[in-house]
Amino acid sequence: MAMLSFERKYRVRGGTLLGGDLFDFWVGPFYVGFFGVTTAFFAALGTALIVYGASLGPTWNIWQISIAPPDLSYGLGIAPLAQGGLWQIITVCALGAFVSWALREVEICRKLGMGYHVPFAFSFAILAYFTLVVVRPVLLGAWGHGFPYGILSHLDWVSNTGYQYLHFHYNPAHMLAITFFFATTLALSLHGSLILSATNPRKGEPVKTAEHENTLFRDIIGYSIGALGIHRLGLFLALNAVFWSAVCIVISGPFWTHGWPEWWSWWLNLPIWG
Amino acid sequence: MSTTARKLNVAAALALAALVTAGCERPPVDEVQHGYRGTGMVQMYNPRVVAEQATHNVVPAAQPAAAEGGPSAGTVYQNVKVLGGLSVGEFSRTMLAITAWVAPKEQGCAYCHEGANFADDSKYTKVVARKMLQMTQKINADWKPHVQATGVTCYTCHRGKPVPEYVWFKDVDNTAAGGLGNRAGQNRSTAAINGASLPSDPFTPFLLGAEPIRFTGATALPTGNRKSIKQAEWTFALMTHMSQGLGVNCTYCHNSRAFNDWSQSPPQRAVAWHGIRMARALNNEFMVPLTEVFPADRKGPLGDVAKLNCATCHQGAYKPLYGASMLKDYVTALAAPVAAAPPPAEAVPAEGEAAPPAAAETSSTGDASPNGAGQPG
Repeated sequence: MAMLSFERKYRVRGGTLLGGDLFDFWVGPFYVGFFGVTTAFFAALGTALIVYGASLGPTWNIWQISIAPPDLSYGLGIAPLAQGGLWQIITVCALGAFVSWALREVEICRKLGMGYHVPFAFSFAILAYFTLVVVRPVLLGAWGHGFPYGILSHLDWVSNTGYQYLHFHYNPAHMLAITFFFATTLALSLHGSLILSATNPRKGEPVKTAEHENTLFRDIIGYSIGALGIHRLGLFLALNAVFWSAVCIVISGPFWTHGWPEWWSWWLNLPIWG
Repeated sequence: MSTTARKLNVAAALALAALVTAGCERPPVDEVQHGYRGTGMVQMYNPRVVAEQATHNVVPAAQPAAAEGGPSAGTVYQNVKVLGGLSVGEFSRTMLAITAWVAPKEQGCAYCHEGANFADDSKYTKVVARKMLQMTQKINADWKPHVQATGVTCYTCHRGKPVPEYVWFKDVDNTAAGGLGNRAGQNRSTAAINGASLPSDPFTPFLLGAEPIRFTGATALPTGNRKSIKQAEWTFALMTHMSQGLGVNCTYCHNSRAFNDWSQSPPQRAVAWHGIRMARALNNEFMVPLTEVFPADRKGPLGDVAKLNCATCHQGAYKPLYGASMLKDYVTALAAPVAAAPPPAEAVPAEGEAAPPAAAETSSTGDASPNGAGQPG
């Protein structure tokens, strides 16, 4: 297989966290490593269990297949396979696969001699999932508070769980998370359109450089954060969006059982109002 | 950074943390699952809040049962229009109960009755009480789809207070802050709607008027449904009030994946549907006709009479008094309109003879206050 220009730098020995040289090999263009093996193991087992769970369920309709967590009555105990036990094992598999993938990213970073920005960012996504299916259920005292694994069923869970607090838009952390999600997409669209414009000039004109990019935003908003800065800003916005999402769900229930609008009474009761 | 600046920063951070966590609860939390697992159909309760709330929902002891038989109250007393068919014993017992449930302790019988002549209708409270007795009988007889066999008594709403704690009046004015136009009923956060910026008086259109509550179209895609988001917010406000009044969340009555679909809704929604109709009917049939009876200081700023909503009876509990039936001890008087007394076989006591029993009642109701001491204050 032909090597891409950067692959020479990638295909170097070492940098592994576990297993030394034993798993330090490639399959085609893909580095494997110890954590590549564990990723494959957990992903395959989890997927197989989802298919098994679907076979026990009422439908093969891909939209409607759902692997639901146990009833709340099982608390933090283990449930029979067909009554939520599958969900519990699949959750372990999912976390095993996600964490393995993050550690494989760490090994690749070490091979390349670069910072850990990519696994660090991915670990926020894992944190959000971990918060939903482990931290919050443990705080509430039952695995049944996790969300079901199904394309539509997990959306129904999100809807009902939001309405457990009457009006979720009043959740302060949800406000922050939404704001960061919108800000990150706005930043990406501004940055993406700028780069596409600079690199695809009018016929006969040369490709534009960073000077043009900076000048455009200095003209429009009086400031350009710069070619490096926009990527730092993008990371900051994206990670905050995920972080505050995790916060907004973990406080709903364990730290607030009423409607979210009511939480703001501390604001309405400040002595500064006439 | 200088030491002073660092100290200021620490103080500011602590103040912010205190401000944010002041509005928080903590685990452990109690949950009630009432849907299929994984659907999120769960009620969340803070056991410490519920324990406090339970102290407001203690059922007072029932009055001792009356002796069987005896002449009917209508033949012994004068001007007994609603409970005349009761035996004198049952009648006196009911009056004692009502005194404990409604009248201020220091006033007792005198809260409704003028002087020694208990037949006198000159106090407005007596006229209101008579209407409220009829309302209670009507609820227990004709609104079983909502109150079931549990029924209601005066205590369900009054809880020992002359005016129930949760009543509503019409919203004062509709001008936005600074006189900037029409605020469409919104942005006056009140406890009745969980402090949201939704319309703060959803009761006038839905629990007095009969505006349509449903705004969802019958089809997934818009096919002629002209309902607006603004209309949806009025409905949202009413529903938020119901949640607030009952201490439950939206999933108590709805699966939010399809709020409008009865086949996906918990059975509680049907009970609530009748409850909305009941509140509307009671406001129009019993409260509004009393508008001229009440003195001005008992009315709202717009001169309207106090009206009821879900919170009036429920007071934050999914069932008033957690479903304990007080009606079972007062079935004869309150379960349905009392049939008029049959014409007495013997001569009706002369009017002069009717006064002593009434006077005797004055002394007997002196015991009402000790009886009232047993209820939560």
